[in-house]
Amino acid sequence: MGIYELSLATVVGINIILAVGLNLITGFCGQISLGHAAFYGIGAYTAALMAKAGMPGPVNLVAAMVMAGAVGVLVGMTSLRVREDFLAITTMGVGFLFLGIVRQQESLLGGELGISSIPSFGLGKMGFFVLSLVLVVLAVAFSLYIKRSWMGFAFEAVADDEDTARVISVDVPAYKLAAFALGTALAGLAGGLYCYFARFIVPDDFGFITSISVLSMVAVGGIGSVFGVIVGTALLTLIPEFFRFISDYKLLVYGALLFGVMRFAPDGLAGLTALAFKRLQRKGGAV
Amino acid sequence: MLYFELLIQGLIYGSMYAIIAVGLTLVYGLLRILHVAHAGLFALGGYMGLLITNSTGSLILGMPLAAAIVGVVGMAIYRLCYQPILDQPPYVALIASIGLFIAMEEMFRLIFGPFGLTYTDAPLQSVVQFAGIYLRAVDLAIVAGSVSLLGVLSWLSQKTRIGLAWRATVDDPQIAESFGISVLNVRYLNFFIGSALAAVAGVFISLLSNLVEPTMGGVPSYKALAIIVLGGLGNVAGTLIASLVLGVVEAFGTIYIGDILDRDAIAFAFLILVLMIRPEGLFARR
Repeated sequence: MGIYELSLATVVGINIILAVGLNLITGFCGQISLGHAAFYGIGAYTAALMAKAGMPGPVNLVAAMVMAGAVGVLVGMTSLRVREDFLAITTMGVGFLFLGIVRQQESLLGGELGISSIPSFGLGKMGFFVLSLVLVVLAVAFSLYIKRSWMGFAFEAVADDEDTARVISVDVPAYKLAAFALGTALAGLAGGLYCYFARFIVPDDFGFITSISVLSMVAVGGIGSVFGVIVGTALLTLIPEFFRFISDYKLLVYGALLFGVMRFAPDGLAGLTALAFKRLQRKGGAV
Repeated sequence: MLYFELLIQGLIYGSMYAIIAVGLTLVYGLLRILHVAHAGLFALGGYMGLLITNSTGSLILGMPLAAAIVGVVGMAIYRLCYQPILDQPPYVALIASIGLFIAMEEMFRLIFGPFGLTYTDAPLQSVVQFAGIYLRAVDLAIVAGSVSLLGVLSWLSQKTRIGLAWRATVDDPQIAESFGISVLNVRYLNFFIGSALAAVAGVFISLLSNLVEPTMGGVPSYKALAIIVLGGLGNVAGTLIASLVLGVVEAFGTIYIGDILDRDAIAFAFLILVLMIRPEGLFARR
């Protein structure tokens, strides 16, 4: 692999961690979040500041996770107060609040100019890719484990019908907070990796468009399906790269794809695949 | 004097927010959809108004035409985009709407260029003195325009048969249908009026800054969402009050806490604060 492919693969990896995190909140637990990029940003800024202060890389990644997860719990608490559409708008507000704070903090966070010359992680490009890959595998395995665990069932119950879940004595608030904590911690990890990958971060990297991009990765892949989300993320990250000629139309394609998938296949690629399998089986049965 | 000026400034912005947000809250009241693409229609209104005004030299022609065109586009969006996914969970329509909005913004950029367009001879720019402070004619036009449009809207909904059908459908679509009301027509009307109002707001804001640009819908779209949530989703009166309140809070906020938060962040900080205290918004739906 050349340098270009290597960095592309690393970006896909970072995005997968980010999307798997959002899938935990929105897919598994049914709590829609339009502010995921804020936690990505919190992770990136935490890791960047600590790296500039001379702390070692692994410590900074953990700190990024903890910081994003902690703020995630705080934001998750709003999901105990407000639901559905109200929650979507609240999380969107959290995203704008994060941007607003970062933009006005020039001395500490660099304001509009962001943070530059972040020290390297010290593994080289190949080493950093391997590290990202390992973390992606861990994140995916963790996500699959959660889905099959008791917690996963509880998440599903909350997503399906909160009130019924409460009636069968599922501790709804605790599981919602857990979903937010885990999902946003993963976003923080992705942010930490991104800051070491780019070594230069600006507020706009973590704006509303980023939140929407992550959401579209999850939605296109199939909300709730881990493998669907991985495929959706890889596709949406790579399509603009492979089709360089559409790079000017990148956002148009994003928008159209997002709309098209929701309009014609609300369950995303995972839903389409399941449908195709069913059809095939039915055909097989008939013959 | 500063307080008074800030208050007036806030009310001008607030009345503009109001005509954007009313359309959004009408759609929510009827269909339970967060219609993010509404802001795309707002931007389309700005473009249409500017193009027609520039080519005919008359804003009197430009604004109503823009409103009519955008109103029809709004109806088309309902028919082609929302109607087929009404029975899906709410996030489906929300994400579809966001996708549509992004696609619309990009189309404006690709068709009209990234740098925006300006009026060749911007109307309503003369300065007038009002109660001791200097305002532009366009500031007054915004307040007068929003008040009269909303007045017409309230007359339409309270005093006419169409309004009766409309309110009945919002209350209970099934019963309304069994009384012979065409729910589909009510929805078309709803989208037409809401979108036309958004277009008027788009023309107003383009006059305020003498600029239409592809991203002009961005900030109003998020803010209008904040406003209808503040006003208690689907509650028209609540939305109007929330618009004015937010306009004033922003005007004062940028002066007093502008060092910590920018204008948009102030709006959303206020929103989150209110929602934590009153989860159903300032005015819960009746």
